[in-house]
Order: sequence, then structure tokens, then C-alpha cells
Amino acid sequence: MITELGHFALILALFVAMIQSTVPMIGAARRHLGWMAVGRSCALIGFGLTALSMLALMHAYVTSDFTVINVIANSHTDKPLLYKITGVWGNHEGSMLLWVFMLSLCAAAVALFSDNLPPALRARVLAVQGMIATGFLLFILLTSNPFLRTFPPAPNGNGLNPVLQDPGLAFHPPFLYLGYVGFSVAFAFAVAALIEGRVDAAWARWVRPWTLASWCALTVGIAMGSWWAYYTLGWGGWWFWDPVENASFMPWLVGTALIHSSIVVEKRDTLKSWTILLAIITFSLSLVGTFLVRSGVLTSVHAFATDPQRGTFILLLLIVAIGGSLALYAIRAPALKGGGLFAPISREGALVLNNVLLSCACATVFLGTLYPLFLDAVGGPKLSVGFPFFNRTFAPMMVPMVIAVGVGPMLAWKRGDLLGALQRLWVAYIATALTVLVAFYVTYGGPVLAVLGLGLSAWLFAAVLTEFAERIRLFRVPLGDSVRRAIHLPRSAYGMTFAHLGLAVSVAGFAASAYAHEAIEILKPGGSIAIAGYQLTLEHVDRIPGPNYTADDATIRVTNGGEFVTMMHPERRFFPLQQQTTGETAIRTNLLADLYVALGDSDTAGDWTVRVYWKPLVPWIWMGAIIMAFGGAVSLSDRRWRVGAAARGSRREAQPVPAAGE
Amino acid sequence: MARAIYLLPLVLFMVLATYFAVSLRPNHDIHELPSAMIEKPAPAFDLAGLGASKPLALDGLKGHPFVINFFASWCVPCRIEHPLLMRLAEQNHLPLYGIDYKDKPEDGSHLLATFGDPYRQVGVDRDGRVGLNFGVYGVPETYVVDSTGVIRKRFVGPLNAETVDKELLPLLKHLDQS
Repeated sequence: MITELGHFALILALFVAMIQSTVPMIGAARRHLGWMAVGRSCALIGFGLTALSMLALMHAYVTSDFTVINVIANSHTDKPLLYKITGVWGNHEGSMLLWVFMLSLCAAAVALFSDNLPPALRARVLAVQGMIATGFLLFILLTSNPFLRTFPPAPNGNGLNPVLQDPGLAFHPPFLYLGYVGFSVAFAFAVAALIEGRVDAAWARWVRPWTLASWCALTVGIAMGSWWAYYTLGWGGWWFWDPVENASFMPWLVGTALIHSSIVVEKRDTLKSWTILLAIITFSLSLVGTFLVRSGVLTSVHAFATDPQRGTFILLLLIVAIGGSLALYAIRAPALKGGGLFAPISREGALVLNNVLLSCACATVFLGTLYPLFLDAVGGPKLSVGFPFFNRTFAPMMVPMVIAVGVGPMLAWKRGDLLGALQRLWVAYIATALTVLVAFYVTYGGPVLAVLGLGLSAWLFAAVLTEFAERIRLFRVPLGDSVRRAIHLPRSAYGMTFAHLGLAVSVAGFAASAYAHEAIEILKPGGSIAIAGYQLTLEHVDRIPGPNYTADDATIRVTNGGEFVTMMHPERRFFPLQQQTTGETAIRTNLLADLYVALGDSDTAGDWTVRVYWKPLVPWIWMGAIIMAFGGAVSLSDRRWRVGAAARGSRREAQPVPAAGE
Repeated sequence: MARAIYLLPLVLFMVLATYFAVSLRPNHDIHELPSAMIEKPAPAFDLAGLGASKPLALDGLKGHPFVINFFASWCVPCRIEHPLLMRLAEQNHLPLYGIDYKDKPEDGSHLLATFGDPYRQVGVDRDGRVGLNFGVYGVPETYVVDSTGVIRKRFVGPLNAETVDKELLPLLKHLDQS
């Protein structure tokens, strides 16, 4: 019964989305306020309906309703409650429902927090979101319906893939999807602006908080995914350039470019058509990512059960959404007149460089990811380019990028003084030189590139702090004045400082991963391994029952120079239902380095394979990502974006909306 | 001319969409690429054994149906596939033979020492020549060969529980009986 309610709610949501995508659009064209207002009600009702159907599916999972095919395929009565809930999005159908739920959440948020928007723009934005929702609701209902029933009920379900039964992965998809789908708001704003033929500072100001929020969510989502891969897959890697990882990384790269270029639109009223294009591409890449993952055109470690029929449907969606918006772009963008001019050496120039580098990096990842597909289409062998390609092409592009991030914020708008900026960065040179020397001395004979990477990180860190010190005129005016300046700095300035510091922290983590040590031994209880000054002794391995698995739990005593450090408990879990074994690694971190232990196979004689990694600075990768996302959140809290402030700003800077205004 | 630039994104996307459409063409399952070698005798090979393994030669394997799995230590999907191979070797006593493809032998041994060794014997195909003769596109790839040495089936990419239960094991059973 509740399942049917969910099913009907979803069908109803489709009709509501259809109304949302047409009526407000016509209303905006005819300047009919009542028709425009329909968009808002539709968005809220649509959210209520998709939320209802999400809850209905969750209910089916929690109560283990084995008449629902989707529950049979992905759940089991013995599964812990947490994974019954998160299992809802651990499969194709459910994750599409989550996708649409996030989309309706975004539309509802636009409807609620857009009082300061001109009604016509708001109507068009909501209409575009309605179109996207229509497409995806049709997709779910026609090809991937999670509410289908079967009778008689199955005695029990097939369970969830044990690898996915992990708290880290449980919350990774919601963040990721919020990021993906959040960019639909920027996309809708871009399309609406193209229809209206006007992009101005006020427009940039409206889009910016949405872009920032999605970017933060995507950053957290990607970081969680990478962290999950690091601690579950058990071989210590954290990024594999897998097609699915790349699918999430590409919108992130272009989304980062979008955040930066929209600053130029806001402050200097230029780079408009480029920013619009970025907004379209960011969301398009989210859609392409969805296509790649669901259609099975690329093989991936993450692959969902794939189905060519679904692929065809998504491809049609892509052609309508991306093709349509790019066609609109081709027609309307030439008319968008740029405003302020600027010299190549200026803040604008630096942001353009940022955009060029990020776009090229994204293009590289794109080509590398789709290379097998291109080859296959022309009849060539289906080779994937793999790790080396990405490392060789992506990293060299990121080096100038990181260097530029240090300098760019020091340049003035319109015409900057590069020499002056470089002189003011003297602290950063010293920090870089010291770091390189120390790193080279400490790791003599180690990888040289890693030393340079650490230098790069130090450069960025010091440059960002220098920029901040300049802003508050530290040591140039009395300290009290500096503190006062610091207090009055806008939040967006703090946001930038944090985000850039986060990047520096992550870069250090990437670079230092080259120093990781690895040791593998086959141990009997009592045996030990030495790594990086630690002594790890396998005390005993016990078989302990879990909720839906049995675990071999190893007790490993870690000592350093004879002194007790900690006990570690890596496990191997056997899931009888799926006949599958997963590893649970044990990680001990002191925030400077991780000690990472994975338990391997045992042989009949009671020997255990134990793998130990010592990974310096690896936790910094995710710490950096969290700091970046935090920076985004701080910038988001800037009062400029708040309702009242933004409304005042828009009145000052934008022309009044003709006829349809309040 | 200036307007043409604004058309460029659309044109590029259309090209891309064409590629997507081609890759979705019917009867084209990328997980199971047709091979020119299906129903043909497997190319002969005589490889040095990996680590303690005996040398692996085609002639020595004929007489019973068997499965050849191309893998490498540098291949991420192989590690995903690995637990399944371990299970097949232990529970189904799958006659599984490994070929360590374009890999340093010490890395290959290291992999098997770490994650377990599901293979009865492992040959080293360091320069990838045997892989080339088989028409291997990428690792992992798995071939089912009958007792007369004819390739009967090819699986591209990591095996999964479903293909194993529905295709690989029934085929082997069938070959065993005939």
C-alpha cells in the first residue's frame, strides 16, 4: 500500500513537473504574473511528492517488503538498519530516485529563497528545472522503476554488495548527488539568462551562492568517495582515475572554474558568455557522468547493472538538455556584450588563467576517460589509457595552476602590478626554499618530484597567508588596526583564504604520498613486521560473529622503540549470503602520517598475510578537501548573498525588470 | 566568423553524442567483445612459470577443458575480480590458469602472495606476445578453452558473480560432459 503511494506520488510528481516546465515559461513570455507564480507552487509540491516517494521506498527497505523487486535485489532481513536505509541508493533505481529527490530539493530551495529575484527570471529558472525533472522522472518511471512488485513474495532478499556496507559509502552518494544536481540551478539560471538575453552583476550574484553550495557538496562527496576507497579497498590508494571517479571530478573542475569566473561577472561585468558556457558545461558534465555510469558504455569498477535501453534514454535526455542549451547559447550568447576591459596582468587576467588551466585539465580528464569509447567507435581495440596518462598530463597542468593561485589574489583589478606582487611574496620564496631544502635533506635519495610538490604546497600556503596579511596590513599599521581590519573583512575573503589554504594542504598530501612505505609478511601469531620505526606484532586472530558476516579479527600490537603505541584490529569479513570476503583495514593516524594495516589471507597452517603501509601526510588530502569545502561554506555565509543585502545590491546594479516587476 | 565560435560548443557536443550513439548500437555488448579467435584453436604458448609455478604450455593443458585468465599487478579491475577467482578456485575447483600479462614477474608474485593465488599454474607473458596472439584488449580477460584446445568463450573485463553463474560455470559443465 505504502509502496503504491510512493509510486503514485512519483507519477504525480511527473505531471507537476510538466506543468512547472511549461506554464511559468509561457507566463514569463506573456508577462502574466499568475502564470509565473505557478512555478513556485509546482516546485514545492514536486518536492513534497518526490520526498513522499523516497520515504515510501525507504519504508519498503526498512520493513523488508519482499514483494518489491528492488528490495529483493538489494536488501536482506539480516542487514543492519543503517544499510537498509542507505541501501535505498546503493542500486541504480534507488539512486536515480535520490537524484530526482535532490533535484526537487534544489527547485524547492530556489522557490523559497528567491524573493529578491525578478519574477520573470524566477519563473524561467523554475521552468528549466521543471524540464530537467520531467526528463528524469520519465526516465525512472519508464526504464528504472524502483516500485515494481512481484508475487508471490520472495522468502528473502539478495542483500547489498558487502563492499558497499560501509558508513563512509553510505553518505557519499547524497553529497555527491547534491553537488551534481545543485549545478542544475546554475544551469537553469544560465538558460533563463540566455532566454532573457541579459547577464549582469545581479545575475552573477544570484547564481553564486547556488554554485558555491553545490561545489561544497561535491567537494565533500568526492573526498568521502576517495577516503572510502582508501580505507576499504585495502591497497592504500586513494584515487584510481576510474571512469566513475572522473565523472565526478570533471564537474568539480569546471564548477571550480565557474565559481571563479562568476566573480569577474559580478565585479567587472565581463566574461559573461564564457561564464554562461561554464554553467551549462558544469551541469552537462554531471549529466554525461550519469550517462557513462548507467549506460555501461565504459567498464568501471563501480559499474551499476547496466542496460542499453537506459543508455539510449539518457542519451536522448543529454541531446535535448545539452544540445538544446548549447543551441540556445549559439543563438543568444553573441549578443551578450562584455563590460569592463582589463589588462592581461590583472585580477581578471589571473582568473582567466585559472579558467583556462582548469578547463584544459578537465578536457584532459575527459579525453582520457572517453578514449576507449572513441577508439571503439572507429573499430579500434578498446584500450583504456589508465594511470600513467592522467599522471603525466594532469599533474603538469596543476603545477602552473597552483603557482598562479598564490599570485592571482595579490593582483589588482583592471591592471595589476605583477612585479610588486612578486616582491611582496618574499616570505613565500623563503618558505618554499626552506621546505624544498629540508624535504630534500630528510628524504635524500627519494623521489625528486615529491620534493617539488612539497615546495609547491609551501609556496601556496605562504602566499595565501601573505595575501591575507596584506589585506589586514599586518605589521604596517598598529596591530589593533590590523585586528579591526580582519574583523571587518568580508566573509567571502575569508572563504577564499580557507579554500586556497585547503588546496595547499591537499597538494602536500598528494606530493608526500610518493614517500609511502609498504611491508608485507606472512605472520604466525607472535610474528612481527617493522616499518618506519614501528614494530607490529600479530598477537592473535579471533573469529567473531557480525550481524550478517563472520569476521576474522586480528589483534596487532604496535610499538615504537619498545614503547606501546596502540592496538590495531584489521578484519576480514566473510558474507555468507554473497559468498564474498571483504577486508576492513585498521588505520592509526597522528595527522602527520597514517599507519595502515590490512589483513590478508590465511593458509591452512594458520599463517596470515599482513600488509602494512606507512603513509606520510596522506590524511592531509582529505583534510585539505574539508578545509576547501569549509572555505566555500564561509564564503556562502557572506552577507552579500543574504536576502536583504542582495536585494539592495540588485536594485543598485541591475536595471529594473520591464513590465512584470512587483 | 565571430558567431561561429559560439556554435563550436554545440558542434563538439554533437560529435560527442554521435560517438555515444555508436557505442550504444544494438547487439554490441562491450563486456563481451566478439573475438576473431572464438571457435578457433587457441594460439600455442610455452611460458616460464611465475615464481614457484611450473612452466605453462598449451600442450600440457589439453585433454580437459580449462580457463585462462590474463591479469597483471598494475591492473585495478583485476583486484576487484580477484576475490571471485579465489572463491571459484576454492569452492568450484575451477581449472584456472593465469597469465601474468606485461608485468614484472616479481610484481606478479607479490600480488599473488598478497591476495592469494587462485591459479593452478601461472605463466609469465612479460612482453605481452601471448596476449597479442589471443587478441587481449586489456586486462583482465578470461578465456574458456575446451579439451581439444579450441577457444569457446571470452570474457572481457572483470568477471562478476552473475556471468560466472549464468555463463562460465554452465559452459564448463557442458564441456566437461561432452
